[in-house]
Amino acid sequence: MDFLHTDIEKLHEQLVNKEITSVDLVKETLANIEQTDAKYDAFLATMSEKALAEAAAIDEAGIDPDNVLSGIPYGIKDNLITKDVTTTAASKILQDFKPIYDATVVSRLREQGAVGVGKLNMDEFAMGSTTETSYYKQTKNAWDQTKVPGGSSGGSAVSVAAGQVPFALGTDTGGSIRQPAAFNGIVGMKPTYGRVSRWGVIAFASSLDQVGVFTRRVKDNATVLAAMAGHDDNDQTSSDQAVPDFAAHLDGDIAGLKIAVPTEYFAAGVDEGVKATVRAGIDKLRELGATVDEVSLPHTKYGVAAYYILASAEASSNLQRFDGIRYSTRPENVKSLEDLYVQTRTQGFGDEVKRRIMLGTYSLSAGSYDAFFKKAAQVRTLMNDDFQKVFADYDLIAAPTAPNVAYDFGANQDDPEVTYMNDVLTIPVNMAGLPGMSVPAGFVDGLPVGMQLIANRYQEETIYRAAYAYEQATRLFEKVPGGKD
Amino acid sequence: MAVPNFETTIGLEVHVELKTNSKAMSPSPVQYGSKPNANTNVIDWGYPGVLPQANKGAIEYGMMASLALNADITRDLHWDRKNYFYPDNPKAYQITQQQQPIGRHGWLEIEFEGQKKRVGITELHVEEDAGKNTHGTDGYSYVDLNRQGTPLIEIVGAPDISSPDEAYAYLEALRQAIQFTGISDVKMEEGSMRVDANISIRPVGSSEYGTKVELKNLNSFNYVRKALAFEENRHAKIYMSGGTIKQQTRRFDEATGETVLMRVKETADDYRYFPEPDLTPIHVTDDWIDEVKAKLPETAKARKARYVDELGLEVYDSEVLTQTLAMANFFDETVSFGADPKRTANYLMGDVNAFLNEQQADLEETPLTPAHLADMIKLIDDGTISTKMAKKVFKAITKGDDPVEFVEKNGLKQLSDPAVLTPMIDEVLDNNEQSIIDFHNGKDRAVGFLVGQIMKQTKGSANPAVVNKLLMAGLQARKPE
Repeated sequence: MDFLHTDIEKLHEQLVNKEITSVDLVKETLANIEQTDAKYDAFLATMSEKALAEAAAIDEAGIDPDNVLSGIPYGIKDNLITKDVTTTAASKILQDFKPIYDATVVSRLREQGAVGVGKLNMDEFAMGSTTETSYYKQTKNAWDQTKVPGGSSGGSAVSVAAGQVPFALGTDTGGSIRQPAAFNGIVGMKPTYGRVSRWGVIAFASSLDQVGVFTRRVKDNATVLAAMAGHDDNDQTSSDQAVPDFAAHLDGDIAGLKIAVPTEYFAAGVDEGVKATVRAGIDKLRELGATVDEVSLPHTKYGVAAYYILASAEASSNLQRFDGIRYSTRPENVKSLEDLYVQTRTQGFGDEVKRRIMLGTYSLSAGSYDAFFKKAAQVRTLMNDDFQKVFADYDLIAAPTAPNVAYDFGANQDDPEVTYMNDVLTIPVNMAGLPGMSVPAGFVDGLPVGMQLIANRYQEETIYRAAYAYEQATRLFEKVPGGKD
Repeated sequence: MAVPNFETTIGLEVHVELKTNSKAMSPSPVQYGSKPNANTNVIDWGYPGVLPQANKGAIEYGMMASLALNADITRDLHWDRKNYFYPDNPKAYQITQQQQPIGRHGWLEIEFEGQKKRVGITELHVEEDAGKNTHGTDGYSYVDLNRQGTPLIEIVGAPDISSPDEAYAYLEALRQAIQFTGISDVKMEEGSMRVDANISIRPVGSSEYGTKVELKNLNSFNYVRKALAFEENRHAKIYMSGGTIKQQTRRFDEATGETVLMRVKETADDYRYFPEPDLTPIHVTDDWIDEVKAKLPETAKARKARYVDELGLEVYDSEVLTQTLAMANFFDETVSFGADPKRTANYLMGDVNAFLNEQQADLEETPLTPAHLADMIKLIDDGTISTKMAKKVFKAITKGDDPVEFVEKNGLKQLSDPAVLTPMIDEVLDNNEQSIIDFHNGKDRAVGFLVGQIMKQTKGSANPAVVNKLLMAGLQARKPE
């Protein structure tokens, strides 16, 4: 079965009414993945044995009528640690890595009865925005298999857009949830930095990484986020702010909501079709009762440069543990300790990862720290100040998620900078630690366009309320990918 | 001055391992001597996906050390990463305090050749220790991560020290200051105190420092002193023969007493420090500092003063007793059980120290307890046992025996009851008429003979003072007409 025309609440009803068992639901999910994934290549691996055992246990205990996630299958981005299930972060260097514990998000969802069915493809160590840097396979866009799925959580986005799973987890460091959600016409939420525990997330850039949720529907998204958010003793950067029931107050009413539209997000470089689609989306929000003003986020243009310095610097440090001593396949015939390090990393990392390690190492080195890392950190503060000025007067920012729709494979192969610029509209949210969502806004040339909704820290509720109202008014989720080969 | 015409500049960097229950960045226990990798978890292994969990206790201990060394406590702290690859460093970075050390601008007073001197403490920072590599005879190297993540403070001393002997005095004073805070065992032999030294010499009067050399593998205070003295002379010889000193790291060879070249530093290490993004910054409030101050135990200096002013000990005794925290605590406890302070001090400095030397043991490792020592001293003071018997009793209490029971069981109690002694003395006098005559003729030796007879009768258990008194009375009573 596929999940294109249903939602978590309906599945829950079917489970409670015993129209289907959790085991059957998982079996059918796995069968559908088996059947469709040749076309999408979203999954790196399924975890059928574990999933079926968990589903059987849930059936035996009985579906919890008060818990909508009980018995619901889902997909997991492969940079999230799963106990006894190979976790590669789509890198060759971790091809045999079977972790001994579960990421907090995975264990929390399991406590709620959700059943992980497989690990999803991504850019290697989440570095990329097309999923092309995966060592293992090339995931295809759910709407057009000749196009990139976006990234880095490309597998997660496609698996949900193609109806393989009702929801999937991703991570977002500079847009890795929102951009692929936009490219595949689904809802992708990156929560406030600190809202969700990072324990068990294979780190890319620790000060920017955040786990989030892909769904086809806004309410499902709110449900899943509420189930996994909240303080975790294992992550001292996770907040002890109370987690509201995000799904509780979705009533479609956004009268009086104050929306800001940043001029810089409609600047040159953003596709005209995308601009028009998002403008129409914003008009719809106004029709629904919101007020809309143009504002300025003047430091937006420095975001990409500052981000690639900071994120790469942190990555260069985070990825040092993959040194051949413990967490990677050890090459044969090494001559010395240094040779072991060099060979392990030369053979294990792909080009994009190496590029960022070099970039980050350089910007942290003694002669360049002040000019690069420190300067970038200052830019980050200015970007945050920009947002805080806007949020003093507004509830929400609305803008395009990405400057364009999904493009052809290999389009920017020779110039990584072009790919980096693709993140220009998503990066600022990570730099300021804000929550941001991409919600489907329409199509350009048959490919989905995402509208980005950004709120102040810990104001995810505002995003969900607006996104829900918009979704109910547009009902864009009724359009499903036909699949053009 | 060891080297004529030159003056020496020494700076010491001391690492002290903190005695927290758990590690600096993980809940693993801190314990010396466990099986390899027994005290580790996924955080210590640098496992993918893990995050550090900063131990508030390590920061508090850093504050205690800062207070003990008169340093200013930094109010806004954050952690930094120091990046380098090595097998005993599984994350390939160490979490430390590079930009904001917990303490700055401290000092330590040392006494050297009768002179008091302040040595500056540039900074103190809290950081995590690395694991340990061992090289097996089977051709493999092994990594033990028990030590990985153990909290350390690095105490960076200013280059204020001008001789190897002064360095020794500084280390003793530093060890004492840290030990009395209770934050560390500060044992060189267990690695809970480690010393690196920087040394340079320059012609007297020169305004510029000479090239400095870093010394490692200094496993005792004595080796520190020896290595520095060797280096001082080596530098002088090179300068005197027109040579130049190269900046390098040298290790001390304990067998030869010489320093050996380890590596020449051509470029400075680049550790690519940056703020640790996995941990939130820490703000130290006035209240927190007050709280820590309240927890800080009495310093060695305060104890010394108390021993002299309140307990009436000699200054010298008070210094000996406060050389180690264990000794001072033992003294205080013994006195708290009611033992006479002066006698307690004498025992600790005499018999107890001799015993520890003979056993090559630390006070806390032996079965001797303050309660037992106090009981023994009380037995001496109330005349129950003689100081001679006390020798036997002391031996017993060093084995953990209860002194009261031991005295009872072995019949070591002195015979002091006149009702028992008088008939015995009378009997001896009756049998030794000549001695009585001798005594009254002024021959004092007769008394010794009579006491000896009484002692023989009582198998040596008679209280000599009581015997003397009763005997004199008996002799007077039998004065010949």
